[in-house]
Amino acid sequence: MKFKINNRFKVLFASLLMLGAVFAAPQVSAQQDSVATEEVTQSEAVETTDELTTEVVDTAQAAVEGSDDVAAASVFKSSAKPKDEGKQIDPQAYKNLTYYVLLFLVVCTIVAIILKVQSIYELTRKTEGKYNPLANNNLQAILLFVFLILFLAGVYYSYAVWGSWAYRPAATEHGAEVDVMFIITTIITTIVLVVVHILLFTFTYKYRMRKGAVAYYYPHNDTIERIWTIVPAIVLTVLVLFGFFTWRKITNIPEELQKSAIQIEVLGEQFMWRVRYPGADGEIGKRNYKLTTGTNPYGIDFNDKAAWDDIDGADIVIPVNQSVRFHIISKDIIHSFYIPDFRVQINAVPGMTNYFQFTPTVTTEEMRERMNDPKYDFVMLCAKICGSAHYNMQKKVVVVTEQEYKEWLSKQNKYFNEAVQKEFQVTQVKNESNELSVASLN
Amino acid sequence: MSSTVISHNAGDHGGHDHHQETFLTKYIFSQDHKMIAKQFLITGIIMAVFAMVLSILFRIQLAWPDTDFPILEIFLGKWAEGGRIKPDFFLSLVTIHGTMMVFFVLTAGLSGTFSNLLIPYQLGARDMASPFMNMLSYWFFFTACVLMTASFFVESGPAAAGWTVYPPLSAVPKAIAGSGLGMTLWLVSMFLFIISQVIGGVNYISTVLNLRTKGMDLWKMPLTIWSFFLTAIVGLLSFPVLVSAVVLLFFDRSVGTSFYLSDLVVGGEILPNEGGSPILFQHLFWFLGHPEVYIVVMPALGLTSEVISTNSRKPIFGYHAMVYSLVGITVLSFIVWGHHMFVTGMNPFLGGVFMITTLIIAVPSAVKAFNYIATLWRGNIRFTPAMMFAVGMVSFFVSGGLTGIYLGNATLDINIHDTYFVVAHFHLVMGSASIFGMLCGVYHWYPKMFGRMMDERLGYFHFWLTFVGAYLVFFPMHFMGIDGVPRRYYAFTEFPFMEKWVSANLLVTWAAIIAGLGQVAFLWNFFASIWTGKKATQNPWGSNTLEWTTPVEHFHGNWPGEIPTVYRWPYDYSKPGHHEDFIPQTVPFSETMSSNLAHDFDGDEEALRIQNEWNKQNNREILEG
Repeated sequence: MKFKINNRFKVLFASLLMLGAVFAAPQVSAQQDSVATEEVTQSEAVETTDELTTEVVDTAQAAVEGSDDVAAASVFKSSAKPKDEGKQIDPQAYKNLTYYVLLFLVVCTIVAIILKVQSIYELTRKTEGKYNPLANNNLQAILLFVFLILFLAGVYYSYAVWGSWAYRPAATEHGAEVDVMFIITTIITTIVLVVVHILLFTFTYKYRMRKGAVAYYYPHNDTIERIWTIVPAIVLTVLVLFGFFTWRKITNIPEELQKSAIQIEVLGEQFMWRVRYPGADGEIGKRNYKLTTGTNPYGIDFNDKAAWDDIDGADIVIPVNQSVRFHIISKDIIHSFYIPDFRVQINAVPGMTNYFQFTPTVTTEEMRERMNDPKYDFVMLCAKICGSAHYNMQKKVVVVTEQEYKEWLSKQNKYFNEAVQKEFQVTQVKNESNELSVASLN
Repeated sequence: MSSTVISHNAGDHGGHDHHQETFLTKYIFSQDHKMIAKQFLITGIIMAVFAMVLSILFRIQLAWPDTDFPILEIFLGKWAEGGRIKPDFFLSLVTIHGTMMVFFVLTAGLSGTFSNLLIPYQLGARDMASPFMNMLSYWFFFTACVLMTASFFVESGPAAAGWTVYPPLSAVPKAIAGSGLGMTLWLVSMFLFIISQVIGGVNYISTVLNLRTKGMDLWKMPLTIWSFFLTAIVGLLSFPVLVSAVVLLFFDRSVGTSFYLSDLVVGGEILPNEGGSPILFQHLFWFLGHPEVYIVVMPALGLTSEVISTNSRKPIFGYHAMVYSLVGITVLSFIVWGHHMFVTGMNPFLGGVFMITTLIIAVPSAVKAFNYIATLWRGNIRFTPAMMFAVGMVSFFVSGGLTGIYLGNATLDINIHDTYFVVAHFHLVMGSASIFGMLCGVYHWYPKMFGRMMDERLGYFHFWLTFVGAYLVFFPMHFMGIDGVPRRYYAFTEFPFMEKWVSANLLVTWAAIIAGLGQVAFLWNFFASIWTGKKATQNPWGSNTLEWTTPVEHFHGNWPGEIPTVYRWPYDYSKPGHHEDFIPQTVPFSETMSSNLAHDFDGDEEALRIQNEWNKQNNREILEG
């Protein structure tokens, strides 16, 4: 099959109509009508566009615009209809799909016609001898410059609006340092972003191709290249050193401070978090995943007496201005312990314990006042893909005063509750009898 | 060597059609680098469209989490019961979108296409060093694509553990449905894909090293070739590590080993695995994974360099600096992988070291961006659609690269790790930038591939929709990430602090849908122009490189007579003293006496003496050696 250039539109329309026909098949009569009118208007468009004169194309465009209205109206009508309840897929869905497909094809024809009009305009300019071969080049250069202005406006808008939505000062001691670095980095990167884009798009505008112009043969300049290698290198070195020392400060906490902090263990599992406070002895009891049962889902090893007073926290509640050391573990797959307001994140990895130690500086009450939102809560959420309910794996984090913290802690349940104790005794007895029988066999 | 055989054939028999090509050997099991390039490209485009549709599906879910779309049930059946995508399937969509885009589109579709097309063309070779291996490379890739797509027809659904397939999630089918047969298919597909990459890489490297035409020394190679060459080296060294990761994961899943698994209680069942480490997989994965992003972006940088220089009618600024920065990126890319693992429980001190290496890699990248802008300065810029995409690529590379300074900084990474900030970052710097590099390559080399021109107007239309669309899609995501919205969330409905982002999500989804539909303009343009495009001339862009010295018609062996000899570097655009604004690489200096510079002779005293004699006769300035 041989396509000529001016045949392209016939092909387009033919495929358009064929597609339309295929999708229109499951229509009921009432809907068929509006589709039919649409198809009629479109086939009119087909006939008219075959001739390549400007006026005719204009009318075709008008016709297509008309059909566009029809389609839009019918879409509106169909979506207004109530949906059938039931297991079967609503036939309305097919109809809607057809409309959207036809709508899209109508948009395609409009685009095709506009482009065709443009090319005809160029052809007429050429025949009149007024054609400027660089007209389009200029247009694209101008568009790029317009883009620059919109881009800068967009950057400003997004910093002003979305930025203010997104950024809240941190509520922890180390978080404040993170924030300082974040702001410095933002200032540097924003300056580079804006300057580079201004250069890029003014150069494309200013140095667009002109008749008779010749580019400046300028293959290299070692001095300039050295400058823009060294300057970023210096800036990055500063950021790296700053970042490195802050990172060490956050992650490399002296041993005595590790021990003096409040210890809390958090266990991630699909799709919830469990929190374990060490109880009066200040020591978190051992855990052995092999001991996991229905009554002891945490897998705490109660042979370790340090586990007997371990407390089951309903939420994560921590006292303000006190260092807290979190032990993060996982029961099944990798999760991530993430508290955005605290600038805290560390993965929960099965088979190993990760630690994050920090000091909260703002209580939930104070944060609510600051945010002017009486319902605001700190929240810990899972940030590592972990399955179907990954998007809803959260734990409330409450920062309170020392006194409130102690009060709250005294009200929480122990992991070693009655049911667990009973089960533990049974297994103890079993173990003993096993040992006895083994001994007697010997 | 096959290439010499072919060169004899082409040289001796000229017009004789003695190859006896059947449809099968010409179009399907072709060993011709040009046909294989086209096969890679078209497969890549099909995979890109598929992956893009997946992304639009999950964008719909994110923008309207509470609305039913019965249409979806028609196409997706039980995965979208009642017209709403299920959480498990959402994760599958995200996973396969990522896998296909990164590996099939941006790795195979990009460097597979253009390495195959341009390495023999721009070096002056009859074909690749091993055409048969080249064919194998494509067919392994094709099989990988088929298997990955086939996972959508599996009862339990495609892989759903994220494109990084971190175990244990990917190893335990009980944890997520997608980790059943779908994940097995993912692993097998990836295994085949890596074979394809390794075969291809060996071929590219040996071709570049051995089959350059007379005069084509390394410093006369176009930047495209440099970037493909270095990309192939990176791929060859890093992909095999992924094989080990994939094979071990396969064993963990199917044979019961415990390389990555330990201490698991999944769904109440205590698993017997002991002693493994999930972190091991992450090390192995990212040892490929990070070089992979440079595998993706370096060819795009190479293509853009060529297109920007050609269309600015100006030599690329700092050719040597461009090559050295590519080399720098190549070397450094192997020692930065740990920055993906700052908060995974890797030794924090190690994290600090990785942070230093990571920020060093920003320097060569910055040099490249500045050199592009210096190339545009005082140019005579011709905005072909390819040039538009090249300019867009530079913009994305800068916008996306800058946010890398946040993520490479371990301290800042704590708060934005695994959030939308990361999504925004890599979609701009490696997603959009590389896609734009690829599209710029397609528009620029289309006449070489198909002997016809693409429609320019549709090209501009496509550019503007995609360029503006991509910014609207990815720019708002930075702010969601700063706010602490994690990636791969099925809905933002469960957290009060995320509710404000619904409006931004609507904007993003609409932009994605419109830009996605805009790709139809490209598809139409691409496929229709194969038959209906305007016939191309031999050198439509006034370019210097060797591929434009071949005839428009394709035949095995590329040049009808002898392979041309190369005399000069590829960027002699607008050289003062020459009557045209370009001097192809095949033009000897003896024919351009009026424009030669001392620099051109590279210390060759005799040539300089001859030049100066000529200069004296023609009253021109005497050149200093």
